[in-house]
Amino acid sequence: MNLTKLLTNDRGGQIFLAILALVAVLVPILNLVVPAGSALHMPTYTVTLLGKYLTYALLAVAVDLVWGYLGILSLGHGAFFALGGYAMGMYLMRQIGDRGVYGNPELPDFMVFLNWKELPWFWHGFDQFWFTALMILLVPGVLAFVFGWLAFRSRVTGVYLSIITQALTYALMLAFFRNEMGFGGNNGLTDFKDILGFDIQSDATRIGLFLASAIALALGYLVCRAIVTSRLGRVAVAVRDAEDRTRFIGYRVEHVKLAVFTVSAMLAGVAGALYVPQVGIINPGEFNPLNSIEIVIWVAIGGRNTLYGAVIGAILVNYGKTYFTGVFPEAWLFALGGLFVLVTLFLPQGIAGLLRKRRKATQTAPPAAAQEGAA
Amino acid sequence: MKSLDNLRESMRRDQVWDFMMPPVNLQLDVKHGNILYLEDVSVSFDGFKAINDLNLYIEAGELRCIIGPNGAGKTTMMDIITGKTRPDSGTAWFGQRIDLLRLSEPEIAQAGIGRKFQKPTVFEHHKVFENLELAMAGDKGVWASFTASLSGEQRDRIDEVLGITGLSEHVRDPAGKLSHGQKQWLEIGMLLMQQPHLLLVDEPVAGMTHQEMDRTAELLTSLAGKHSVVVVEHDMDFVRSIAKTVTVLHQGSVLAEGTMDEVQNDPKVIEVYLGE
Amino acid sequence: MGASQFFWGRTTVAVLRFMLLGLLVVAPLSQASDNPTFDQGVELLKARSFNTKTDGVDKIAASGHPAAAQVLVYLLKSDLYFRESDQRLVYGQRDGRNYHISDALTSEDLGTVNKRELDKIKTNNRLRAHIRSTIATLNLTSPDAAVRLAGVSQLLDKPDPDAVDIVRRQLDQESDKTVAEAMRTVLALEDIKSEDKNTALGAIEQLSGSLLPAARNGLQRIADNSTDKDRKRAAAKALSAIQTKLQMNELAETLFFGLSLGSVLVLAAIGLAITFGVMGVINMAHGELIMLGAYTTYIVQLLMPNHIDLSLFVAIPAAFVVSGLVGIGIERGVIRFLYGRPLETLLATFGISLILQQLVRTGISAQNVAVENPSWMSGSLEINAVLSLTYNRLYIIVFALIVFAALLVILKKTALGLQVRAVSQNRPMARAMGVRSAWVDAMTFGLGSGIAGVAGVALSQLTNVGPNLGQAYIIDSFMVVVFGGVGNLWGTLVAGMSLGVVNKFLEPWAGAVLAKILVLVFIILFIQKRPRGLFPQKGRAAEG
Repeated sequence: MNLTKLLTNDRGGQIFLAILALVAVLVPILNLVVPAGSALHMPTYTVTLLGKYLTYALLAVAVDLVWGYLGILSLGHGAFFALGGYAMGMYLMRQIGDRGVYGNPELPDFMVFLNWKELPWFWHGFDQFWFTALMILLVPGVLAFVFGWLAFRSRVTGVYLSIITQALTYALMLAFFRNEMGFGGNNGLTDFKDILGFDIQSDATRIGLFLASAIALALGYLVCRAIVTSRLGRVAVAVRDAEDRTRFIGYRVEHVKLAVFTVSAMLAGVAGALYVPQVGIINPGEFNPLNSIEIVIWVAIGGRNTLYGAVIGAILVNYGKTYFTGVFPEAWLFALGGLFVLVTLFLPQGIAGLLRKRRKATQTAPPAAAQEGAA
Repeated sequence: MKSLDNLRESMRRDQVWDFMMPPVNLQLDVKHGNILYLEDVSVSFDGFKAINDLNLYIEAGELRCIIGPNGAGKTTMMDIITGKTRPDSGTAWFGQRIDLLRLSEPEIAQAGIGRKFQKPTVFEHHKVFENLELAMAGDKGVWASFTASLSGEQRDRIDEVLGITGLSEHVRDPAGKLSHGQKQWLEIGMLLMQQPHLLLVDEPVAGMTHQEMDRTAELLTSLAGKHSVVVVEHDMDFVRSIAKTVTVLHQGSVLAEGTMDEVQNDPKVIEVYLGE
Repeated sequence: MGASQFFWGRTTVAVLRFMLLGLLVVAPLSQASDNPTFDQGVELLKARSFNTKTDGVDKIAASGHPAAAQVLVYLLKSDLYFRESDQRLVYGQRDGRNYHISDALTSEDLGTVNKRELDKIKTNNRLRAHIRSTIATLNLTSPDAAVRLAGVSQLLDKPDPDAVDIVRRQLDQESDKTVAEAMRTVLALEDIKSEDKNTALGAIEQLSGSLLPAARNGLQRIADNSTDKDRKRAAAKALSAIQTKLQMNELAETLFFGLSLGSVLVLAAIGLAITFGVMGVINMAHGELIMLGAYTTYIVQLLMPNHIDLSLFVAIPAAFVVSGLVGIGIERGVIRFLYGRPLETLLATFGISLILQQLVRTGISAQNVAVENPSWMSGSLEINAVLSLTYNRLYIIVFALIVFAALLVILKKTALGLQVRAVSQNRPMARAMGVRSAWVDAMTFGLGSGIAGVAGVALSQLTNVGPNLGQAYIIDSFMVVVFGGVGNLWGTLVAGMSLGVVNKFLEPWAGAVLAKILVLVFIILFIQKRPRGLFPQKGRAAEG
């Protein structure tokens, strides 16, 4: 499976990856090389903001994979994102060591505050980065696998599935709010000091995190492309359009769903893990069902079933959010609510759909389509 | 009490637990001549007996037509064979060895039973080519699908089916763009790609022109022999043109069985069709 | 308010209210009452001789004057004085070096005076004992059952041998069952100390059914301290009988809490059951329609500030209309373009919910607003000494059942209901039969939304009313509908009630949050087992 094959027939994807590469080169230069006084200098704050958008974009790509190609409207991807984030947060907490307010070398501050005597078992291992990296993939992956195994096997579909994914993230939110859970309760995990030995506040680390996010997004995009261009991807679309029919030609629909859903949850976990060091905090609010629905609207606005559309949607909506909440905080929810309504009513294919339509209109003859599924 | 029974069941020494059972052998065995055995099958929905003590045997290589008034249980019978509906009682065997009631829909499909639905359902967003590719016989596991690529042989097979179904010109069109009759053909094509031992064909000629009907009749008769074919159809002319043996279903059980002429002269059948 | 509901066991409150009762009936402003016996008695109190004072006490008690008991209570506490200037009978309380005085009969505030301006009415032990039993008799013979009950209740906490004798005498004449029961408890509490074994054992037997804390304490003392084995054993047995009874009551209380929570869930979910169940439409803005109902209550109360007690009766129809119209607007403006696309409907209605929330935030306030409870909603129905059901919860249960019944009638008996059922079962066929399906859709949606508004009125009486009110209930409502089985009103009722009860039974040992998590996890697992809920829709319609 080579790169060129993944991107044939994906003009949007080619453009997107080219822009991503350009941004990944330009941003460090503008931030580190261009002197601070120059008009072209990019403040570190902006770098971090862009890095945050990129993690959101990866999350949106993960949602598009299950919604656009498999027809599962997951209202629980915020939970997978948050779980990845918590895994990373636990690593960062352990890195603080004895530099916390209470100076306890073993226990994070909130545990000392709660009078805990020793580290809970599930915190062990998170002082190692390799273990954390594994958990970032495994925790959301295993949760998605178990949940999906139960749900898909009993053929819970459509709206019902959406509602129970929402119940799942709601239950997790309530659970993480409890101090007894051992994840810092209401306040979550914060006051991080360094990551892999680098000061988390320094410009260089920020650039590093930004680049890591860009690379993760590119890789995540290619993984999703690999899935959707394979026969598995075509089976997924078949499941989306006619689940029963797919079963009657011999595919185990629940296995297909489970595999794609789990991969998607892992991607969301990676996005969360990159998000946390850049924003400097993870708390139970990330599990809020509202967040999960918002992700879906990024994808809807960008245009589902295209993958790159999800990236466009995530970045545009979040830029809009940053802008509006700064300028007219009152108007943001009106704008977001209006977007939900207008996009579903008037723009079912999203922005990507608009772009495609325009391209089709400008081209008199369609390009010679490469043989689909060619060897 | 139920849990006690379950416990007893799981402790039986002459049986092993489900998960320790060897995978079901999907190898078809028709050495006794029959490919499908439905015996004493009953199923009811909310007290309505859709299938009532149905006994039906299909010979290997046979082309069997099934007719009956609306609500006779024709579609439900197909649902039972393909695993969509589980009967309340009775047995359903595919050949000598395969117990259909223990298998899920995809397993039944893999074992070699293909089905064409009454209302044609094709994957509308996929191209005709992709529809056929997806239906193609082979390993349909997740990993196999992810790594699958088409061999020259498989490509030839798809071309062949495209030829048979007359869809060569539309190979790059999305299936959703096809006419009703073309969708019927595509579905038959998908059935052929599956290379099933037994084909269940529900109302294949609905919405077809006379020419198309003739071609369908030709195709189905040519398939018989190598495959076993069960056709459910309302169009009596069509049935007459293809059928050697006709089974009449009425109120969920077999009312009559024989050649078209025998069946048409059966007083019970006449009463059901014309009586009231 | 009957005597049976009247303070049982809550002694401090009881005494306070008992005194208040005495005060409220005091009418005359001037000291010279039109009751000569009372005046004579007061006059006698001025004497030095304690014997004469005793006569005075008797006369006051016999006078039937409404303030008699009160005056005697002051006298007992040595807080009763004559003001030197006008010989007025006053109640005085030490305030530094001076005394704060008020009229002993009318409680009229008479300011602060120097000690020298007052003549204290002195008492001795014998007189005080006499006053105590006189007060007890006075209370126990009062024509008002509530006063009698308060008198007895006081004895339960501060046993008084003299008064017990009075109780023994009065018991035969007592007509009120509750008072008689309390009297028997007082007597039994006295008798368990008896030397006579049979009397004591009989008393223990008598106490074993009582839920009053005093009875439990008395029995506990016997069980702990008595030297007699039989008494000890009997007391222990009686205590365990009481324990069982207490547990039953606790169970009943939890059940009541559970049902009231369940009613809230049913109210919140039942509108959704219509729009989701009957029409197959996912309305994520349902919670906001509930919120609008709650805000309608708030506005109605603003418009009629002097008639809070009546406000709910205005708010219910108003909220139905407001939320119903908004619902119809949503259906006509958005949802009807999205039929057959449930996931898109979910997203669009979620957008609407954001807009509605923000509208309330900018239009009214981002803060919670104060919705008042009518007076008839406060207070509680006391079943026995340990079990009392608050009226607001009780009314919610009743209200939920009424709404449910009304909805059932609408769907089963009216033309609209018939058409709704027809459309939900087979849309094309219903249209062919001449049902205006678009109109039915709008009406159904309006009905479901209106019910949400009515639920909002109910919720405004229980929780804070703020822009986020709806969000708090939307997930729970979906859980109820899905758990009960979509398209089945009875399923919604059973599901809501059982989830409420299960939640409340889990709470004591799991805590409120964990209980909620457990219930959510349970539903998630339940849906795996029965994807169509408790009461699935049957037949071919369900397949579509």
